[in-house]
Amino acid sequence: MTDTQQDTGHEGTGVRAEDAIDAGTAEAFLSHDESLRHAPGPYFGAYGGRWMPESLIAALDELQDTFDTAKADPGFTAQVAELNRNYAGRPSLLTEAQRFAEHCGGVRVFLKREDLNHTGSHKINNVLGQALLAKRMGKTRVIAETGAGQHGVASATAAALLGLECVVYMGAEDTRRQALNVARMQLLGATVIPVTNGSQTLKDAINEALRDWVANVETTHYLLGTAAGAHPFPSMVRYFHEVIGDEAREQILEQTGKLPDAVCACVGGGSNAIGMFHGFLDDRDVALYGFEAGGDGVETGRHAATITLGRPGVLHGARSYLMQDDDGQTMESHSISAGLDYPGVGPEHAYLADIGRAHYEPITDAEAMDAFKILSQTEGIIPAIETAHALAGAIKVGQRLAADLGPGEKASDKIVVINLSGRGDKDVATAAEYFDLLPDDSAEQEIAQEGEQL
Amino acid sequence: MTTHPATTASTGPATGSKAAAAIEKARSEGRAALIGYLPAGFPDVQTTIDAGIAMAENGVDLIEIGIPYSDPVMDGHVIQEATVEALDKGFTVPRIFDVVEGITSATNAAVLVMTYWNPVMRMGVRAFAERLAAAGGAGLITPDLVPDEASEWLAASDEFGLDRVFLVAPSTSPQRMQATVDASRGFVYAVSVMGVTGARTSVGAAARAVVDAAHAAGAERVCVGLGVSSSAQVREIGAYSDGVIVGTALVAALRDGGVDGVAELTRELSTGTGKATA
Repeated sequence: MTDTQQDTGHEGTGVRAEDAIDAGTAEAFLSHDESLRHAPGPYFGAYGGRWMPESLIAALDELQDTFDTAKADPGFTAQVAELNRNYAGRPSLLTEAQRFAEHCGGVRVFLKREDLNHTGSHKINNVLGQALLAKRMGKTRVIAETGAGQHGVASATAAALLGLECVVYMGAEDTRRQALNVARMQLLGATVIPVTNGSQTLKDAINEALRDWVANVETTHYLLGTAAGAHPFPSMVRYFHEVIGDEAREQILEQTGKLPDAVCACVGGGSNAIGMFHGFLDDRDVALYGFEAGGDGVETGRHAATITLGRPGVLHGARSYLMQDDDGQTMESHSISAGLDYPGVGPEHAYLADIGRAHYEPITDAEAMDAFKILSQTEGIIPAIETAHALAGAIKVGQRLAADLGPGEKASDKIVVINLSGRGDKDVATAAEYFDLLPDDSAEQEIAQEGEQL
Repeated sequence: MTTHPATTASTGPATGSKAAAAIEKARSEGRAALIGYLPAGFPDVQTTIDAGIAMAENGVDLIEIGIPYSDPVMDGHVIQEATVEALDKGFTVPRIFDVVEGITSATNAAVLVMTYWNPVMRMGVRAFAERLAAAGGAGLITPDLVPDEASEWLAASDEFGLDRVFLVAPSTSPQRMQATVDASRGFVYAVSVMGVTGARTSVGAAARAVVDAAHAAGAERVCVGLGVSSSAQVREIGAYSDGVIVGTALVAALRDGGVDGVAELTRELSTGTGKATA
């Protein structure tokens, strides 16, 4: 599979001499059988760590201790498993997508149906786990950041279920554009605070949540929504999402009798991808692909392809790839998908990119929207626009696999698993506007022009 | 950090540390040091230099100049607004050295740079340290860099003889207090309250406990910041600490009254530094 990656001639994957921090690691990885699973942090190669104000270190220590104790407590793992099964609806299905596969060079394609979870995406796995930890720490309040509103809705859901106060920080611009998701959080009992600082986007919502956390850390847990941030968040968020890859690996073996050739996921901060990848990290013949938001195209500067074009730096507590200017100021990211619109990425992804275990490529808005339409019309499944990036990437991966068959191999011998990380109900207005499906004078069009994601 | 050669840290003599020298000079005059903060480039670089000089001429012993940064998680609204304006007007990181040089060449005040870590990392820690030393800077205050992650900075600050001021907070454990005091040089920055920058009517009892803990861990110089805005607070905090840091109130004074406003507030604040009146 590394051949496939090189064939793309893409600069964003693998080790770049200029920024390679730990080039020796790649060789060590390739020549030894060291397991990559269950990496505990705080460091993933040269990435991760705790680039945080001292005021918050004690809270991070407390969280880490609580998490370590909980993981080893059968009572806790049983509680998580019970909620996953009887509240979130796990295990999620693995669905073969035969008509969609025709667009992927004829390889077999399977969808890991995280869209079928309660609240409609993988996000529920993490919020249930962290909310349980908040209770174990005796905290009565959780705070969360959100861009489009998905993690905010999931956090409000978990808080309602477990009787916690919930405050969600959201860029002021986003609260206006996502008015229905704001209402949804409020219906669930959460308070939504519009953030008017800085660029008023997701990164500023995280900044404001951190400011709240510093001031209220005695009573409050910061329920971070992705596998980024300071230790222990990256390894902890991954832990709660590992169920995705574990289930998928078991299901694909059961349905096909073998492991897939490739696994595809979309990457913003990278939580669904790391949960999916984790199940296959030590299966060295399974190629792992993360698809970042290429926005208008990486050459335009309007994108969120952090690993592809970012450089190592620190943001929100972790060292990782980062979209930054020559001064180290964070740059604004752009994507049609609010969930991928973040200028950073989880540190474990940065490490997996450097050592060549996973490959990261950008997908443009247009490519993602094509794939969005194809899946909807071939499988009867409307994906989240975030997820559509993974689908568009899988089309490319499938076509490459089909073009690169060995002697006697058929395309249908090849298997690609895609993490269908979320459903597209929230994106219907955006998509309808994009495909020009709305009458000029409809109320929906007015909403869609504002970028509303229902 | 454990492999780093032990230095004089905040526990040792003032030799070589500009920040320590400034605080010791105040101590020899029977008072706590007054430390003033302004962000670089607000409203422009020359005004920052002029305001820094005005602070030095009106009773500030040590000046902190902040680097405007896109994601200032430890700052409240007043400082955020000032730094956003500085960035909007085109402030770039290398200009920090112009500000430092402009102030140090005109006054005897020690000048520390307060910065979030990514801009330093982007320039290269050693390159940044070298330029800061060449500009006459005393060292760095690092609000989002803890000693655990600071190996590069520990080495570079040793190489160029720069102060490294780490923060301690009410939430800091005894072990971390010891490690942070040991890693610091110049002084230890005691965060008075759990929160972000911004004027408060009271900084509460937590501040004194943090200062006492830092002193007990061997720190000779512990200065208190966050929330201080009046000479009365300076007097109260200066009675148990070695220096008092004022930020937001000075930024607001510059915003509302220009360099004259800064000079006036500095004079008012400095009336609080005499220990005898505490």
